[in-house]
Amino acid sequence: MPATMSTFYQLEFEKPIVELDRKIADAEASGSVNGELSSLREQRSKLLKELYTDLSPWNTVRVARHPNRPQTRDYLKMLGRDFTELSGDRRYGDDPAIVTGFARIGEFKVLVVGHQKGKSTQEKLDCHFGCAHPEGYRKALAKMKLAEKFGVPIVTFVDTPGAYPGLEAEKRGQAEAIAVNLREMSVIKVPIVSLVIGEGGSGGALGIAVADRVAMLANAWYSVISPEGCAAILWKQANERNNSAAADALHLTARDNLKLGIIEEVLPEPAGGAHRDPAQTAATIERWVVDSVRALKDVPPETLVQRRFERFRKLGRYQEVQAPETPVQAPEPA
Amino acid sequence: MTKAVVQSWTALRPARRTSVPEGSWLRCPSCAQMIYRRHMETNLHVCPECQHHFRIVASERVGQLVDPGSFQSEFDGLQSLDPLGFRDLKAYPDRVLAEQLKSGRPDAVLAGECFIKGRPAVLCCLDLGFMMGSMGSVVGEVVTRSVERALERGLPLVIVSCSGGARMQESGLSLMQMAKTSAALAKLDRAGLLFISVLTDPTTGGVTASFAMLGDVIIAEPKALIGFAGPRVIQQTLRQDLPEGFQRSEFLRECGLVDRVVHRHELRNEIARLIDYTGG
Ligand SMILES: [Zn+2]
Repeated sequence: MPATMSTFYQLEFEKPIVELDRKIADAEASGSVNGELSSLREQRSKLLKELYTDLSPWNTVRVARHPNRPQTRDYLKMLGRDFTELSGDRRYGDDPAIVTGFARIGEFKVLVVGHQKGKSTQEKLDCHFGCAHPEGYRKALAKMKLAEKFGVPIVTFVDTPGAYPGLEAEKRGQAEAIAVNLREMSVIKVPIVSLVIGEGGSGGALGIAVADRVAMLANAWYSVISPEGCAAILWKQANERNNSAAADALHLTARDNLKLGIIEEVLPEPAGGAHRDPAQTAATIERWVVDSVRALKDVPPETLVQRRFERFRKLGRYQEVQAPETPVQAPEPA
Repeated sequence: MTKAVVQSWTALRPARRTSVPEGSWLRCPSCAQMIYRRHMETNLHVCPECQHHFRIVASERVGQLVDPGSFQSEFDGLQSLDPLGFRDLKAYPDRVLAEQLKSGRPDAVLAGECFIKGRPAVLCCLDLGFMMGSMGSVVGEVVTRSVERALERGLPLVIVSCSGGARMQESGLSLMQMAKTSAALAKLDRAGLLFISVLTDPTTGGVTASFAMLGDVIIAEPKALIGFAGPRVIQQTLRQDLPEGFQRSEFLRECGLVDRVVHRHELRNEIARLIDYTGG
């Protein structure tokens, strides 16, 4: 297993692991005594755990973007059965950046809605690297309404750097498509559970994440803007140092979001991240989906919708002091 | 510490804001003509030569729309906190305080009940004069309370937007204001009440992608920049020049995204007429 790992794309901070992998490979090749090999392997798993225990926020973002990190379609293969994909928004087209369809997860029939970034170069281009167009958001909503009609719970997987910023997307109403999803998802009468599996970039993420329960994988990020976008605006330049500072400031990690009350739960990832053991990650996700849907499926629809409303209604931090004595009044006409 | 800072701004504020002396003439950024400032101002901040709509602060907007003496601001006691201890080149509480002193407002929104040509309504205006009208917890809360007020009182709601988007300094919490305001609007919608969304220059980002695009009727002021992504971001992504008029009000109307492009002189009349048509 470690030998194949070294062929993986490596992140900068994982360099010590690459070193160890090389040593392990050498040891394997030279048929060294078993004791040495197992000590190296032990060293490796300890190091991996250490490296991932206190990842900096910026390194977390890198793990969330790891090219081998499992995506919606990977998880569907691992944890979903009888996946029946449903395409198109019935208005303009089909956006592969958002995958929708029925699947069986555990004992439940669900509708899955998830961002797809793409794995091969061609798929990445087709999916615009997970940046959905308006038709993607409209497809998502259309299928969610279908699920609502037949009482099927909804599971969404969030994994996007953000909604696509482009000429055609603007023309077709990117902002309106997201806004309508936010409004309509808040009143859908079936359970909705959302999991940020990789990147939770701003409105493009939230556009499929107005849910009864929201969770994040341990190395996912979720924020109002990407560290690079934030650095470019507030630090006047996106570079390594500023991106890292912005990632810190944005409180975008799973733990931060949990503290802020934006999510309910952080799902653990295997040592070294989801990409090192997709099957184990899928098993964790499956348990969470099944538990969450089970907890929500018997809640009366009106109660469900009311609770979902309250969940978002209370989000925000402000203080209420006495208003200034002179409220703004309408001036007399000049 | 945050609390002390926030509470001190009204004390620090001069009793009457003394307006910075400005030249009595200015050059219109659109037609480049020299125009007499007072003429522009009495013309509702529209260039008398070319009809360029200057950006205005929320209190000016309110003054233009409501019946004199009918508006009293509410929710002004809501103040930003610094939930993330956010610091870029400047600490967030310092930024907020500076903006409060500059604008004389607690945050980037001004809302209350009013009459518009005799019709009662709830009016909520974002304020570009405060951190570019960005939406953090306070703006999200005031917009939501405005929606709820309209719902309680059975009144039409008018929101005038102008914003650079969600406020980065409150990160995820700012993002959640998009869901919060939109969810409140779902209730207003189901209750059959009218929401007129007025988009003014500029309305972008998380504000556009939430309440601003959810109006039953969407009105835009002429040539206002309206979009999800900013033109600079799009240019960087596409690495090509954007067509003339892209993301401007008239372009959005052509794309089927707004109902009407309305001159500032007519805005008040149009809002009143729409309230009448929808039985408000
Ligand atoms: Zn002019």
